[in-house]
Amino acid sequence: MSESPVATETPLADERVTKTSPLQKLLLRPELGALVGAIGIYVFFFAVADPFRSLDAFSTIMYSSSTIGIMAVGVALLMIGGEFDLSAGVAVTTSALTASLFSYEFSTNVWVGIFVALAVALAIGFFNGYLVMKTKIPSFLITLGTFLMLQGANLAVTKLLTGQVASRNISDMDGFGLADAIFASDFSIAGTTFRISIVWWLVFVAIATWLLLRTKVGNWIYAVGGDAESARAVGVPVVKTKIGLFMGVGFLAWFAGMHLLFTFNSVQSGEGVGNEFIFIIAAVIGGCLLTGGYGTAIGAAIGAFIYGMTEKGIVYAGWNPDWVKFFLGVMLLLATVTNLWVRNRASRS
Amino acid sequence: MTSELADAPLEEIPTGVPLVQLKDVGKQYGHIIALHGINLKVGKGEVTCVLGDNGAGKSTLIKIVAGRHQHDEGQLLVDGQEVRLSSPREALNHGIATVYQDLAVVPLMPVWRNFFLGSEMVDGFWPFRKLSIDQMRTTAKDELHKMGIDLPDIDAPIGTLSGGQRQCVAIARAVFFGARVLILDEPTAALGVKQSGVVLRYISASAKSGLGVIFITHNPHHAYMVGNHFVLLNRGRMTLDCKYEDITLDQLTTEMAGGDELQTLTHELKR
Repeated sequence: MSESPVATETPLADERVTKTSPLQKLLLRPELGALVGAIGIYVFFFAVADPFRSLDAFSTIMYSSSTIGIMAVGVALLMIGGEFDLSAGVAVTTSALTASLFSYEFSTNVWVGIFVALAVALAIGFFNGYLVMKTKIPSFLITLGTFLMLQGANLAVTKLLTGQVASRNISDMDGFGLADAIFASDFSIAGTTFRISIVWWLVFVAIATWLLLRTKVGNWIYAVGGDAESARAVGVPVVKTKIGLFMGVGFLAWFAGMHLLFTFNSVQSGEGVGNEFIFIIAAVIGGCLLTGGYGTAIGAAIGAFIYGMTEKGIVYAGWNPDWVKFFLGVMLLLATVTNLWVRNRASRS
Repeated sequence: MTSELADAPLEEIPTGVPLVQLKDVGKQYGHIIALHGINLKVGKGEVTCVLGDNGAGKSTLIKIVAGRHQHDEGQLLVDGQEVRLSSPREALNHGIATVYQDLAVVPLMPVWRNFFLGSEMVDGFWPFRKLSIDQMRTTAKDELHKMGIDLPDIDAPIGTLSGGQRQCVAIARAVFFGARVLILDEPTAALGVKQSGVVLRYISASAKSGLGVIFITHNPHHAYMVGNHFVLLNRGRMTLDCKYEDITLDQLTTEMAGGDELQTLTHELKR
């Protein structure tokens, strides 16, 4: 059946098609702009800030990057799939609160709370995805709705159950030790302490990269983001793929929430607001296209690393931390302009 | 081998039974009647041309056979069995492959990923099942060679190819996976004379190799070159249904252009 009915002709090279130069190929990589930016920022802070040069500082930067980076992986995949999730920031807090409030109120092993939180986080992702796919309303609006709902519920339920704005300390409860070891422990390399979340971050980036570039599902993710109607026409399960991506964000929100919970043992119910934009910014700086169909998980990781470097570097340099957001804004604009330029150049036929 | 599609070999279908047949098919969008009373069939080795001007209902007709929309009236028969195709995937499973006017390609994705989109080759066991990238790249390149297209870079985003090249990729893909019934939605509409020739030759050869082809076009010249059977649509209804033997190109062109209307126009514009 793979036999083509037309007799094989000697294929003639089209003289109008020029060979792609290696440089052009390199420029085609979505994360290239971010990588150049990251190196530039690293060199810059290395030069201006003394404390930035130590291994301890590197560990701190990596930690800061990982807290953003874990979520940025999910958000980047979702963005490649052509959708947004504005509830991603508060969903982290919701997961952490669910785990801690549930196990505290019902006096269960913390692992019961952890799995309840997982179910809740996945359910939020499913809810977002299902609504977006069924109503065809842009995900920006649907998730803005869930963002507000979760933000309100986080505060209201916490106050209702505890009478205060934070969940209670759960560090003396059953199962805490193991959960703490998995989600929030430290390890040391050459006398410098690193947080376990850095390892998890890199693991998630590796899994997401493999998923995107080496699996069927990855092919579908690019396709549903690039052109959902075309993807559907050739048999890609668009609805399942997109709902799956929202649930992926839910899963990572759960993971990030567990990290938050076991780092501080209690959770501030108002936390997480605004982080959704940091995740999106990390993905965009990393070369993900806002309109979908283009980007990589590694790019999002570089984007998160740029965030971490900027956030800590400005403090190490002794400047007012208020400048962090300013620099992030500059980076975002530079990244979008670079991406546009690179893409136009590379796709010029 | 490489695809789970088209698992019903051509030999098993009894001769004489059309691969795809429409009986009195109709479709409404709200209170707009897009199609009404359509009868059409395509058998092994036949090319059925569906002609019509813009808005005649050609696209709706394809969408029904391709599983993108469902018909409201009449019957759709595949191999003599009545079916309702609820998704493009289901149509593909029946061996009905479609090449759309908009080609259904994802511009930013590489050629080979587009070629195998929705029917990827994989190996290994879950959760470590991965794409057989080398095999897919080689296959895509070989299949395109057969169409007479040599791409310098199979990894190039398909959006960077010319219209004709993209059309050929889409047709090669449909033939590679579909193999029983091929629906072509205006494949020559955006092409130059030479590239149209390549596509038409390909359509004719596909039919000779035993495929059924439904060729949608608004160009009677192209239709007459390859068609066995002609169906003319006008405002959602069939206005002509005849065999190659029963019509000349001039008649077909006249019918296509609206018969009397054209005569009036010729008269008006007489110089």
